[in-house]
Amino acid sequence: MSNNGLLKSSLAKKYLMALTGLFLCTFLVGHLAGNLQLFIQGAEGQQAFNEYAEFMTTFPLVKLLSYLTYACVLFHIVDGIVLTIRNRKSRPVGYVKEKGSANASWASRNMGVLGTIIAVFLVSHMQTFWYKMHFGEMPMHDGLKDLHTVVLAFFSPENSLGIVAVLGYVLAQMALAFHLVHGFQSGFQSLGLRHPKYTPAIEKTGYLFGIGVPLLFAIIPVFLYITQL
Amino acid sequence: MDLTLNVWRQNGPEDKGHMETYPVSGVSPDMSFLEMMDMLNDQIIRDGGDPVAFDHDCREGICGMCSMFINGEAHGPGRGVTTCQLHMRSFKDGDSITIEPWRASAFPVVKDLAVDRSAFDRIIQSGGYISVNTSGETLDANAIPVPKPQADEAFSAATCIGCGACVASCKNASAMLFVSAKVSQFALLPQGQPERASRVKRMVDQMDEEGFGNCTNTGACAVECPKGIDLSNIARMNRDFLKASADSE
Repeated sequence: MSNNGLLKSSLAKKYLMALTGLFLCTFLVGHLAGNLQLFIQGAEGQQAFNEYAEFMTTFPLVKLLSYLTYACVLFHIVDGIVLTIRNRKSRPVGYVKEKGSANASWASRNMGVLGTIIAVFLVSHMQTFWYKMHFGEMPMHDGLKDLHTVVLAFFSPENSLGIVAVLGYVLAQMALAFHLVHGFQSGFQSLGLRHPKYTPAIEKTGYLFGIGVPLLFAIIPVFLYITQL
Repeated sequence: MDLTLNVWRQNGPEDKGHMETYPVSGVSPDMSFLEMMDMLNDQIIRDGGDPVAFDHDCREGICGMCSMFINGEAHGPGRGVTTCQLHMRSFKDGDSITIEPWRASAFPVVKDLAVDRSAFDRIIQSGGYISVNTSGETLDANAIPVPKPQADEAFSAATCIGCGACVASCKNASAMLFVSAKVSQFALLPQGQPERASRVKRMVDQMDEEGFGNCTNTGACAVECPKGIDLSNIARMNRDFLKASADSE
């Protein structure tokens, strides 16, 4: 029937991109749910957040999910790079004049750039919190690693780079928003999940998800910074 | 109208090529873009030069031969039109117009604005057909009942004229809209069912072999398509390919 296997096909790379991307969307929801506890102020919030952090790093099922998440991040990035290289090769000589804005959204044309910004943020973000929590020296509170204090200290006016951290965080969330607004509905399209009845709802959900999730993420460090002024 | 044309000149596939500027005057707003190009070539020939090579045939928007990337868009600024259906009234007196060939590694430049689109032909040859016994007992296509909505959708897909504007507009030079239209026009009809799985696999494989890029769902192709081919065709092809790959041995 066909010489080429599924995995060699360009469409398979798109399926992988869509599946990993959509899985990472569910990861964002989980992560956000945890972060929202940072709005609880005082000792109560500290306890809740630290217990949550303990749960996320030790509970076996969550650990399993976290490995799946790392794998998805990795595959999403590698697949994205492979696709980008192939796509560049498909047009070795570019146009002198190209009006991309006439027929496609800015986000859809710049997914690679947006993804790169998110990846850079991810490295810095994981170094600041994830690495410290897993392998670094952590302050203790009530027998738990005190991630709450680490987070507050990082997004604090006391931290000489606190304002840079807040701004960087907000900027990265903006990139994430653009990435999601295109990526969410694009994932469904790549998997062939398009239907006149459901697609408008998918597109609307993608828009709300893409704006809402990064917005909520971004408010948290701003809130923490202001309340510590 | 007086215009300044910046035209891509390339003397054969191996030539590096360059942009050249030509002033043209006395252009009527009622002229089609191709008639304006004829006028330019008349002028070049009178001056003893080599006329600009460009593809064209029916000049009524149904053959898919005319191409040209005009002012940064396939078939120019109009929507739902080919270059032959684009009229000079879409431009203003004194305008500067940039005219380039389709750009894709799968569409090598033959000369100037003419590109080789036989990659599309090879994709069709790989599976864009139905096998029918024509020994004399051939069943009349009209004898097979087809629900009206499916017939309409299949027809919409079949209106693709294979001009390549989708490839030219796509930032990845992807041929997904073209291939998906050709897959869909059969996938939607009963006659297309026997070869449905092998067709989509063969055509996608051939598309990859020709070196077209991947679809990143920007939707530029559907906006620039002179026939308004819908993105739902791409989704159908993605679906069919996944199903065909999962089912095959």
